[in-house]
Amino acid sequence: MEVGFFRVALLVLKKDLAIEAKSREIVYTTLFFAISCVMIFGFAFVMEEGVPVDGAAAGILWIAVAFSGTLALGRTFERERYGETLRALLLAPASRPAIYAGKLLGMILMMVATEVILTPLVAVLFHAPLFAHPWLLIALLGLGTVGFAAVGTLFAAMLVRTRTRDVLLPILLYPITIPVIIAGVRGTAALLQTPPEEPVATLWIGLLVAFDVVFTTLALWTFEPLMTE
Amino acid sequence: MMKKLFVPLALVTAAMFAYAPIAINRVPLESTMLLVQKIFYFHFATWMALTTVIAVCGAASLIYLFQGSKIADAYAVASAELVVVFGVFGLFSGSLWGRKAWGVWWQWDARVTMATMLVMVFLGYLMVRKYGGPGSEKLAAAMGIFGAATAPFVYKSVDWWRTIHPQTSVVRTLGEKFPAAWDLVLFCSTAFVLLAVLLLIARVRLEGMRNELDRMYLAAEDE
Amino acid sequence: MLNMVASLFFAIGQQTPDGFVPVTGAPAGEQIPAAPLVIGSYAFFLLIMVFYIWTIWRRIGKVEADMRSLERRQSGSK
Repeated sequence: MEVGFFRVALLVLKKDLAIEAKSREIVYTTLFFAISCVMIFGFAFVMEEGVPVDGAAAGILWIAVAFSGTLALGRTFERERYGETLRALLLAPASRPAIYAGKLLGMILMMVATEVILTPLVAVLFHAPLFAHPWLLIALLGLGTVGFAAVGTLFAAMLVRTRTRDVLLPILLYPITIPVIIAGVRGTAALLQTPPEEPVATLWIGLLVAFDVVFTTLALWTFEPLMTE
Repeated sequence: MMKKLFVPLALVTAAMFAYAPIAINRVPLESTMLLVQKIFYFHFATWMALTTVIAVCGAASLIYLFQGSKIADAYAVASAELVVVFGVFGLFSGSLWGRKAWGVWWQWDARVTMATMLVMVFLGYLMVRKYGGPGSEKLAAAMGIFGAATAPFVYKSVDWWRTIHPQTSVVRTLGEKFPAAWDLVLFCSTAFVLLAVLLLIARVRLEGMRNELDRMYLAAEDE
Repeated sequence: MLNMVASLFFAIGQQTPDGFVPVTGAPAGEQIPAAPLVIGSYAFFLLIMVFYIWTIWRRIGKVEADMRSLERRQSGSK
């Protein structure tokens, strides 16, 4: 008897959350890495008088999200590989796309947790009025996270058995997610203009929706053949 | 069938490419960009070849992923290499054109950025195949599928993101505004697509020979 | 080939007529010459195609050599 799709996904998610809640290792290390990223970019882009470069905030935010997201992906699946839990999961009589969906939800939550800390930090450090249009910003970050995590989870999972997985994941992931990052950065930058350009931001949100639909559908569809020998 | 087609196709393509410089020389200059606009005929044609080859890679990767067909895999890797070849030329010719028309060697506009990204995706395809170890054909197939899925976005990006790069309407209205150029565009595009097909056939043949060699090694080990 | 180069330069020459005629944009002398860019573009195309075809040729040669050495070893050991 096969367990329903959402039930499997939620079970996988609960498992991941339970494991993470015990040590909180990935959350803390990812967060620290993201903050380090922001600080490094801050030092790189601050001008003579101590004032940050205009318009750098959007790019810095999204780069930190992308880099720390990649790190989190690597760590999550390394943990799976170490415990051989991925193979156990795939042996279970559960639909593969549901397992993918569960892992994806976990990744999204992880990245959102990082962004919740990162966004106010960037706003303060770079004098950027990121919270002037909170709903648009949330839409941008949320949809961008979904797009990034959708491709990232698939790639990280398929690379689990590869020897050179640590170096291949960024090489494969960054080019594919460039459209998502571009849309996120341009949308956020539009919100930071004076006056803020809401229609432009909405346009980029629309594009992100299109990407998310395409990428997530493709990922759900190709997860099973990619994970089987 | 492929073998029989090859030589006549090669002759036709060679003839087209021999004639192309003459035709390009003869076509009238464009009013605002004058001479440098003539880069356009090969620049646009290479992106036509690129679209064809990306579609082949995406389809072949899908077929390989879901059916494990070795021939599909051969077409996938062959077309991925061609994406890089035609893509690099497209970016280079665009850069030279931009140097004159825009004043800079590079511009971070939508089309240029996304096109570069596409080339990088397929470079990643080739890297995965080389360094991914056993089973890397499947991983590469995922790259091929996702890369092909982003191609329509690259095409439409100039219409959504209005920047310095000419929009898609330029070529579409070429027939009425500048018919001599339109004919030449068709001619060059056909030549490029034929060239892509030729190179594809040759590269797939190489892949077939490699598979044959692997079979021979395995047979030798069995003895 | 020489004809093509000559006519390219002829075409550039036509951009600057004699006499006091108003010109829109900078005069030809002040602009970046287009001819090297155009020629460079087509030359690069030729280069990259020749290079790629050569790599296929080289790889096919290697596979054929491996095949032959394998066959020799086969017939030798029999």
